[in-house]
Amino acid sequence: MSDKKPKSVFKQGAISSEFIGESIAKHQTKTSIGAHNIFLGQVRADVIDNKTVVAIEYTAYEEMANAKFHEIREAAFEKFELTCMHIYHSLGTVKAGEICLFVFVSSPHRKAVFEALEFIVEEIKAKVPVFGKEIFEDNSHQWKVNN
Amino acid sequence: MKVKIKYFGMLSEVTNCEEETIDFSESHISELLEKLCIKYPNLRNKDFQVAQNQELVSFDTELSSNELVLLPPFSGG
Repeated sequence: MSDKKPKSVFKQGAISSEFIGESIAKHQTKTSIGAHNIFLGQVRADVIDNKTVVAIEYTAYEEMANAKFHEIREAAFEKFELTCMHIYHSLGTVKAGEICLFVFVSSPHRKAVFEALEFIVEEIKAKVPVFGKEIFEDNSHQWKVNN
Repeated sequence: MKVKIKYFGMLSEVTNCEEETIDFSESHISELLEKLCIKYPNLRNKDFQVAQNQELVSFDTELSSNELVLLPPFSGG
């Protein structure tokens, strides 16, 4: 049950591949798990009007965002047969090519993790008040809009 | 009463601040927004939602908190 308690999802800066690797390793003791699924959101170096995005600076209405992440977690545990779930989102600057969102779901069986992961990521994009400012190489910026 | 208004993302560039306190005596959020749009005319052209008590509410809701949060389109992930 401890995995279901509310906790802060936000991490300052990019989510490192070491952190992701360690998260996977920690689950080796949970031997009822038969399937993991992972989503990694990566900052894209979009080219807009001949200018390249070099980083995204994330801010959030943190109190509401953490409450929404909690609701999404609860809904996912309700809907799918999950053993555990971890969500991490960056705040602050994340450079192009770095990871800004890490969603990790585990279950005894594969079907639940395929469905749960898509549900969770789509819910995050739609319901969590996080704002991305795309920084270009000349230090100008524009505000990111999710499709 | 005094209402604290918070602005996130691009909205804080329109208002040039992340939060401020405003005197407000009417009852509906729409009336408060009208007041803000007079103060910041560029706010009228912006797409935003409002939250009170950490929940999104419609503009015709009564103000039930002394804090109102203006949120531009979400772009997490």
